[in-house]
Amino acid sequence: MSTLQVKSLEAGYGEVQILWSMSLELQRGKLTSLVGSNGSGKTTLLRAVTGLLKPWKGNVTFDGKDVTKISPHEKAEMGLVLVPEARQLFTDMSVLENLEMGATPKAARAEFKQTLEWVYTLLPRLKERQNQLTGTLSGGEQQMVAIARGLMAKPKVLMFDELSLGLSPLLVINLFEVLLKLKTQGLTMLLVEQNVQMALAVSDYAYVLNNGRVDIEGESRKVMGMESVRKAYLGI
Amino acid sequence: MKTLTNISFWLLLVVVAAVALVPIVQGNVSMREDAFYILMLVILASSTNIIMGYTGYVSFGHIVFFGTGGYVAFYLMQTYQWHFVLAALVGGVAASLLAFLLGNAVLRLRGAYFALATIGINEAVRSFVSNFEPFGGSIGMFFNFSMYDAYGGAKNAGQLAYYAMVVLALVTIAVSFLIKKSKFGLGLMSIREDQDASMVLGINPARMKVMTYTISAFFPAIAGAIFFFKNGLIEPGPAFELHRSVEALVMVMLGGFGTVTGPIVGAVVYERLRSFLITNATFSNFHLVIAGALLLLIVLFVPAGLVGWLRLRFAAVRRFLE
Amino acid sequence: MILSVENVSKRFGGLQALDKVTLSVNEGEIFGIIGPNGAGKTTLFNTINGVYTPTEGRIKFRGEDVTGLPPFDLSKRGLARTYQVVRPLGELTVRENVTVGACFGRENLPLEKAEKVADEVLEFVGLTARHDMLASKLNVAQKKRLEMARALAARPILILLDEVLAGLNPQEVGDMLTVVRKIREQGVTIIMIEHLMHAVMNLSDRVFVLDYGAQIAEGTPQEVSNHPKVIEAYLGDPEVAKRFLEGTSS
Repeated sequence: MSTLQVKSLEAGYGEVQILWSMSLELQRGKLTSLVGSNGSGKTTLLRAVTGLLKPWKGNVTFDGKDVTKISPHEKAEMGLVLVPEARQLFTDMSVLENLEMGATPKAARAEFKQTLEWVYTLLPRLKERQNQLTGTLSGGEQQMVAIARGLMAKPKVLMFDELSLGLSPLLVINLFEVLLKLKTQGLTMLLVEQNVQMALAVSDYAYVLNNGRVDIEGESRKVMGMESVRKAYLGI
Repeated sequence: MKTLTNISFWLLLVVVAAVALVPIVQGNVSMREDAFYILMLVILASSTNIIMGYTGYVSFGHIVFFGTGGYVAFYLMQTYQWHFVLAALVGGVAASLLAFLLGNAVLRLRGAYFALATIGINEAVRSFVSNFEPFGGSIGMFFNFSMYDAYGGAKNAGQLAYYAMVVLALVTIAVSFLIKKSKFGLGLMSIREDQDASMVLGINPARMKVMTYTISAFFPAIAGAIFFFKNGLIEPGPAFELHRSVEALVMVMLGGFGTVTGPIVGAVVYERLRSFLITNATFSNFHLVIAGALLLLIVLFVPAGLVGWLRLRFAAVRRFLE
Repeated sequence: MILSVENVSKRFGGLQALDKVTLSVNEGEIFGIIGPNGAGKTTLFNTINGVYTPTEGRIKFRGEDVTGLPPFDLSKRGLARTYQVVRPLGELTVRENVTVGACFGRENLPLEKAEKVADEVLEFVGLTARHDMLASKLNVAQKKRLEMARALAARPILILLDEVLAGLNPQEVGDMLTVVRKIREQGVTIIMIEHLMHAVMNLSDRVFVLDYGAQIAEGTPQEVSNHPKVIEAYLGDPEVAKRFLEGTSS
């Protein structure tokens, strides 16, 4: 049974429709990536799934339950957590405080200490900087805090919006290695990514969006070589 | 120009002229006095509409031109015995010159900053005049009663002033109409809607705004000259009374900004309402409250104003009510 | 050569938005400008049409140096532009909107002649039925067409189209592309910024690719879409991905 299913989702902003009958599925324990050119609807899809944007049609099913109309914080309680684009950290708070905020859901609060220890083993640099103001960290470190904050919520499904944005290739490699570690621990993840090559390299399954629809889907290794991916991005 | 063959243009002027002549025909002096005041408000409101309604620049301190025209004209009449019509015209030019010089600086500002700057200008000019000896300083200037002999006596002067005000009102309305229906007016309204997009379309906003501000200063100035000529006395306070231009704004909003008839309707309705409230036993104590509440309702629910709303709702109205 | 952009750079404080961009557009062609988000495409348009003055470099339109001239000057010389986020003159009718374009554009027409031109252009873009509507009441596709009509009414020689297809459904995209082709048939040179790749690649004669404010490729659509630097800009660096895979499989 898949943990997250999106069926025929339609959504947009005001009069402008962005998503046209989008369907996708996340397999339990796998890392699925969602790529596509600008304006293809990647971020809109994430917002519609988490509930930050109300879908016009279609539904979102999480662990068998219809969660289409449920609010974002309730979904977080259920274990569907988003690491947003541009991190959206609490820059005036310390690293530790940000992580505390991440553990808002009830189940997360109960296991706060253990989760924190686990997160620190995964991302040791954060333990060193736990009392530092988040706004003073580097771009790559801030991205780590964002991921850690997401993990503190004890997610069943963790979604990432544009992790690599603004980061150097080396940093991107480091971050994606963290994702692989999470995968070995069985976490189901959805990665929305600008950097197609990296996204295909790290994920198991991939969806290529074009104009608010799924253009190509398949196992990442197979999608990687596809001429059609280049065509989806470059038009001809 | 096409406007001159437009029937609603002449119709409007004829209607206003006819109504204005009623007190004369009936020989009713107190009615004439009321009409005098209302015509003056129509001129103030229409001029405010030229800069605010067409261009979107809200001139809170527009009364400065009324005072400037009044003072310059009064000075010329008092000191050099100029005929009031000539003095008034020079007063108009003086105010336009002031608008031209200040406009270049002040019209660069947008929105609230422009509005505040116009208030600043009014207060600065008032302050200047209060300390300017040739203009009588804080005491102001006053006519010797014999001043009116040249016009056949004070009563006659009052009548002449009335005719002058009627003519000025008709000219102001005509100019407002001509601007609105011209290419120039279209450019102004374009600036009001989106100044940056207008530039891309080929409009030079700076030049057009200054021209409009200059034109909009001319008419209130002459109105001020006529008013104070009839009054026989001019002081800094009443000449540069800020709340008068705020009231003019209310009239424009009430009647409908960006239209020709709106300011006229707004001036008449506002003035009638105000005098009704003031003289009515029940409301006299809180007439301002009611006026304020009325303005709030208009802005919230009918921001296009009375005429504006009619024009939006009924396409037929749009054809003859500009 | 109708437009020549020579070594144009634009800085905003510490940000280098355009870096020595050089391109030339020939009369009558459809010239596409593509590039990832934030590449500087709209900044380039703003610099060409006078909204920004370049920090360095020159811009020549029809042989004359027009660097630093304000937008209304360029409009009078025959350079028109549409906006990515449409800017209708809301409280004016559709017809009045287009009349403004005809009045103040290259031909600087008096009001009556301008209204006639406006009617012709409205017919051309298919908005005649809505000529009396307030511009603010149109839907997205209609607003985009109004934006185009207003630019066309100025009878331009060169028109800059900034993402005219954004926000349109497939049907509306097709209709808009027909209008773009008609514009070209009228002899107007077109430079278009587009994200809708299949559209711009199929329509353009030549394509220019920007990334981080600098040119990374130029050529026919075929050449550009197979250019390794362009592929890398859009899909990411394949070498980095390879390194990652090798690192993690060990």
